[in-house]
Amino acid sequence: MAVLLLAEVNNGELAMDATAKAVTAAKALGDVVVLACGGSAAAAGEAAAKIDGVSKVLVAEDDSLSHRLAESTAALIVSLAGDYDHIVAPSTTDAKNVMARVAGLLDVMIISDATAVVDADTFERPIYAGNAMQTVKSSDSKKVITFRTSTFDAAGEGGSASVETVSAAANPGLSEWVEDKVAESDRPELTSAGVVVSGGRGVGSEESFALIEQLADKLGAAVGASRAAVDSGYAPNDWQVGQTGKVVAPNLYVAVGISGAIQHLAGMKDSKIIVAINKDEEAPIFQVADFGLVADLFEAVPDLISKL
Amino acid sequence: MKVLVPVKRVIDYNVKVRVKADGSGVDLANVKMSMNPFDEISVEQAIRLKEAGQADEVVVVSIGVKQAQETLRTALAMGADRAILVVATDDVHNDIEPLTVAKILKGIVDEEQPGLVLCGKQAIDNDMNATGQMLSALLGWSQATFASEVGIEGDKAVVTREVDGGLQTIKVNMPTVVTVDLRLNEPRYASLPNIMKAKKKPLDEKTPADYGVEVSNRLEIIKTVEPAARAAGITVASVDELVAKLKEAGAV
Repeated sequence: MAVLLLAEVNNGELAMDATAKAVTAAKALGDVVVLACGGSAAAAGEAAAKIDGVSKVLVAEDDSLSHRLAESTAALIVSLAGDYDHIVAPSTTDAKNVMARVAGLLDVMIISDATAVVDADTFERPIYAGNAMQTVKSSDSKKVITFRTSTFDAAGEGGSASVETVSAAANPGLSEWVEDKVAESDRPELTSAGVVVSGGRGVGSEESFALIEQLADKLGAAVGASRAAVDSGYAPNDWQVGQTGKVVAPNLYVAVGISGAIQHLAGMKDSKIIVAINKDEEAPIFQVADFGLVADLFEAVPDLISKL
Repeated sequence: MKVLVPVKRVIDYNVKVRVKADGSGVDLANVKMSMNPFDEISVEQAIRLKEAGQADEVVVVSIGVKQAQETLRTALAMGADRAILVVATDDVHNDIEPLTVAKILKGIVDEEQPGLVLCGKQAIDNDMNATGQMLSALLGWSQATFASEVGIEGDKAVVTREVDGGLQTIKVNMPTVVTVDLRLNEPRYASLPNIMKAKKKPLDEKTPADYGVEVSNRLEIIKTVEPAARAAGITVASVDELVAKLKEAGAV
């Protein structure tokens, strides 16, 4: 049977990277039908139809579906669920909000943050902040799954799936949107960037974080931060990389002034090349770094910026 | 208004996790256990609502092994009023799945009729991030996940949520389920006098059967392994060497 995949749609636009990575994961389970929903979702649906491996796109547009509110989005998915054995999504905050509710409504266990598909019932997922990998087999008739996008390559573009319109479910009317505070940035998005430069507690202040940003801009990178830096108020929470923040796996990850707590390593240890700059040579970050530089970041980073 | 706060007993976040040799899970025998850090934040928030006069009773509940009563005593020492312990297993290695936990919590909600359930957004053992959403689904209530600010305005809760792109503020009908994120507050430490007082606060012991729930897992654990280790890297002596190595590796 087919797989229903909830596309990541923000303000009418498809988040291509996250959605295309989830398509790669979902293809192993059957024909992929993408659901694009929102206040406006037609353009997102058209974009999703071009992802390789998508067999059909369903578009649901309704005011009640705008701003990714969980109650109405989950009601829509449940109304469509009968035709599918697997209901999946990329593991974004929106999907984590919605899909666990879907699983509750369907009386099935969710399989969150799956990193590999073993077979139609069996999936691998990290537990304990990635300190262990567990393979679980579901006995539920329907599987509700979120896929950790950092472990799957994005499916290519070039497909031409058909697009159908579906109706929203009755609006449960339980919640309403008030406002979004989205950080405007010209930098690449953290979870899909090819290069990430992150700062930790060693950066010392919100002002000094500008140094991290300069290095990031020199490399065309996204900016990340450790939980310690976020807790200390040096960086906003949506920059947080780690178990409690975002999981990234760029080609190059540069950790500056980050000690390498387990919870941070959980968010970046699948990066291809890891560079660590820290003045404490005992810092655990050096155990995962391909290239470690024991140095004062306030000297090394400006030097690095000038030499790149 | 009554606030219900579910708390989970998990491995202490400072303890190094070891996978059991038989692959059935993580070794929890003779390991320091503590309250799930996200649940500490929800207990703190509930107590603050009471201190602000917006809640009149804070009830904490834990579902798992009998030893979870220590976790409940911690919450009582922080300032919760009473506790419910649902003994669902006698094996510390049997992690009760979020769906089962949500069903038992629904039974407790039906009895206790709270106006607000405050959950941690995820437990740091199974990292499921599901119980709050599932409970909300079973109750047919609204939900507000990953909260960094919670305000009560009459019969609505105004919640600011930590989302991928930044922050989202929503207004939800009460009663509601809120799951809390890290920046909502900094949990207090229990003082010694309060730890002593907590020993006298009421703690009811129940079973899943009291709520008509059968404990069974939908996910069978096939195996548990250590994550693949990264190959050891090298230490570079200077920024020049670092730049050279990065160019060699084609990274810049």
